[in-house]
Amino acid sequence: MQTNQLLLIFCTVLLLLGLVAFFVGRKKASRVRASGAAMYAQPDQYAWFAVLSTAGPAVLVGAVGSFALLLLGADIPPLYLLAASLVVAAAGLAVGVTQVKPQFHARQAIERVIRWILAGAALISIFTTFGILFSIISEALRFFQMHSFWDFITGTTWNPGASFLASAGRGDGGGAEFGSVPLFAGTFMITLIAMLVAVPVGLMSAIYMSEYAPRRVRTIAKPVLEVLAGIPTVVYGFFAAITVAPIIVNIAGFFGLDASYNNAVAPGVVMGIMIIPFISSLSDDVINAVPDSMRQGSLALGMTKGETIRDVVIPAALPGIISASLLGMSRALGETMIVVMAAGMRPNLTANPLEDMTTVTVRIVAALTGDQEFASAETLSAFALGLVLFAVTLTLNLVSVLMIRRFREKYRVNNL
Amino acid sequence: MSQTFDDISHQLKRRHRKSARLKWMSMGALGLAGLFLLWFFSDMLNKGLPAFQQAYVQAEMHYSEEASKDGRKAIDKALVPVVSRTEVRGIPLMLRNNPDMIGDRETRWLLANSQVDQYLKDHRHKLSGNEVATVDNLVESGQVALKFNRAFFTQGDSKIAESAGILSAVVGTVMTMIVTLAIAFPIGVMTAIYLEEFAPDNRFTQAIEININNLAAIPSILFGLLGLAIFINFFGVPRSSPLAGGMTLALMTLPVIIISTRTALRSVPDSIRHAAFGVGCSRWQVVRDHVLPLAMPGIMTGSIIGLAQAMGETAPLIIVGMVAFIPDVGASFTNAATVLPAQIFTWASEPDQAFVEKTAGGILVLLSILIFLNASAVVLRKKFERRW
Repeated sequence: MQTNQLLLIFCTVLLLLGLVAFFVGRKKASRVRASGAAMYAQPDQYAWFAVLSTAGPAVLVGAVGSFALLLLGADIPPLYLLAASLVVAAAGLAVGVTQVKPQFHARQAIERVIRWILAGAALISIFTTFGILFSIISEALRFFQMHSFWDFITGTTWNPGASFLASAGRGDGGGAEFGSVPLFAGTFMITLIAMLVAVPVGLMSAIYMSEYAPRRVRTIAKPVLEVLAGIPTVVYGFFAAITVAPIIVNIAGFFGLDASYNNAVAPGVVMGIMIIPFISSLSDDVINAVPDSMRQGSLALGMTKGETIRDVVIPAALPGIISASLLGMSRALGETMIVVMAAGMRPNLTANPLEDMTTVTVRIVAALTGDQEFASAETLSAFALGLVLFAVTLTLNLVSVLMIRRFREKYRVNNL
Repeated sequence: MSQTFDDISHQLKRRHRKSARLKWMSMGALGLAGLFLLWFFSDMLNKGLPAFQQAYVQAEMHYSEEASKDGRKAIDKALVPVVSRTEVRGIPLMLRNNPDMIGDRETRWLLANSQVDQYLKDHRHKLSGNEVATVDNLVESGQVALKFNRAFFTQGDSKIAESAGILSAVVGTVMTMIVTLAIAFPIGVMTAIYLEEFAPDNRFTQAIEININNLAAIPSILFGLLGLAIFINFFGVPRSSPLAGGMTLALMTLPVIIISTRTALRSVPDSIRHAAFGVGCSRWQVVRDHVLPLAMPGIMTGSIIGLAQAMGETAPLIIVGMVAFIPDVGASFTNAATVLPAQIFTWASEPDQAFVEKTAGGILVLLSILIFLNASAVVLRKKFERRW
């Protein structure tokens, strides 16, 4: 029999048993109550307890069994598994119905089960992190068995070349080099350009919104800026490649410079614009959280408003502003679609932003969209790159969280 | 006194000028961001709106015996270079299935090929001088005209520009979003309820909290690596399927839903909980009957925003293979599918000039859906927002 047929049978029978449990449990509870005994819970609660004791263990047995069957390769015939879980369900039904007694705390029992279910849901997010770590590290380790870690970190040539032939049993994979320095150089160049756009514009917008703007302007400007963050990155990528890149080439041509259509400036600038709201929004909150007494003290000493902002407010808000910039930077490092569509594919170690260069995320996508064997060195290299990306963005996020916490403690702000 | 009165007032003026300059600069920064937004939207509209119109040719169809072997014989010879290949390609098959149609005549509007279309829209085209003259004549006689582009909304992807449509991508998006919401919404809300209402303040809870904030900041492409390694390679979920993509996106959307649900739960005042406890409710009853209904508008708003975010996401879906070429429209959770952003990505890498406007048209559709979703989230919040 097919798996979905088995699943269908399981669900139907379980649903029927659950219904039986509910109505039998409620009937029995009502009867007991009608006989005059004082009960700890309502009939419905006894009924729900019966349903839980029917379905819970059965689902658990089914899940554990199919897990063992599918993943650990245990030799259990699926039909037996189905029968076993349904027997467990029937046993649960019997237990649930016999538990309908005046001295049984059905409500508390339900409460405990629900608590466990909720805690289980909360664990999923932990599993996700571990899943990411596990999947990246295990595949990256396989990569580092083929190519040395030191070459990966310090090598200046990225040339997966014919490595896919080696895994197919042809050739020896010779000539393939996985030196990630040019990729990181490209990534940092584009990130740098993005930050050069995003930090000044984002910070200045935040200053305007928190210090100068009338309330009306503020209530309009904030959501409008947020729109920038809501535009899908694939759309930005198209915009960078089709509209911005030719403009950059023309401008460079006007100054007599030779720019590639896949230059680093176009994705950098567009990425910077995408990051503006990340920086302006958090900076705005932080600047607003700087206590007014500091502004009043400064103005009372005869400083102009501009001097107050520059010499008092901004230095006080600096940890928060740096934190916002770090968050923005980690966005830029991990951004994929803009660079995939607008930056180049060629690993190129250069300091000239008008040349084409590639980034870590571009190579990850390139390595995983080809039709190669999963075990080939090029495919696995994507996970090694992902590992470095994960480490860098995690560090940036943690530093950013620490900075904002320090700011919060200094000024006793609770809403950041 | 070394400074004269004039010196000081001069200095003061300079300081005030400097102060004013900061104000103008900061205003300029905001204006710059606004200007960019204007430029961006006008550029997209400019490029994308033509995609909603397409050149059609009015042709006398004659389903002769010859046409059942070569579809081109069904139309006037002069029209062959003008009409789209996809229109005539299906004729032999159609005639074979309905043999009684042979010999019939009818007048139909057929899709023109993309070069004619581009020419009519004054874009770059590859028509020769002769063909331009033919098209001009046909336009003159009203046989070629720009009409609303039905094919764009009713067909799947195609390598032939004029008949490429977004329907298969839209269906794929819907399927993927169903999976995403079905997983992320219950788990996210349950996690948030646990953290806000049930969890004791201990190490374990703090670890979960830090972890959730951290997940929200992990680059999306890493979720794609997770999806590829765990869901596809380990659990054997079919590659490129809405199931694989939806599960990957669900994990990404989870932190958004958790964080917004927690905010919504926190904004329900404690007096409500106390009152419910006071009349003898258990903790779960308090949450289910009192806190959750009051927090629901906030939870819905957060989920819609999370959904909009997931809908625009491309990178993790490329990694799990959802950039497939899907010409047929089919709603299935386990077959290969593509989504709107991925369709935009594929079209953007087509070398054919005619695909540029298709891409921009797809972008306009995507942006309208996202704007609609976000606007409804705002309306929902405005309508149900309660100040306690």
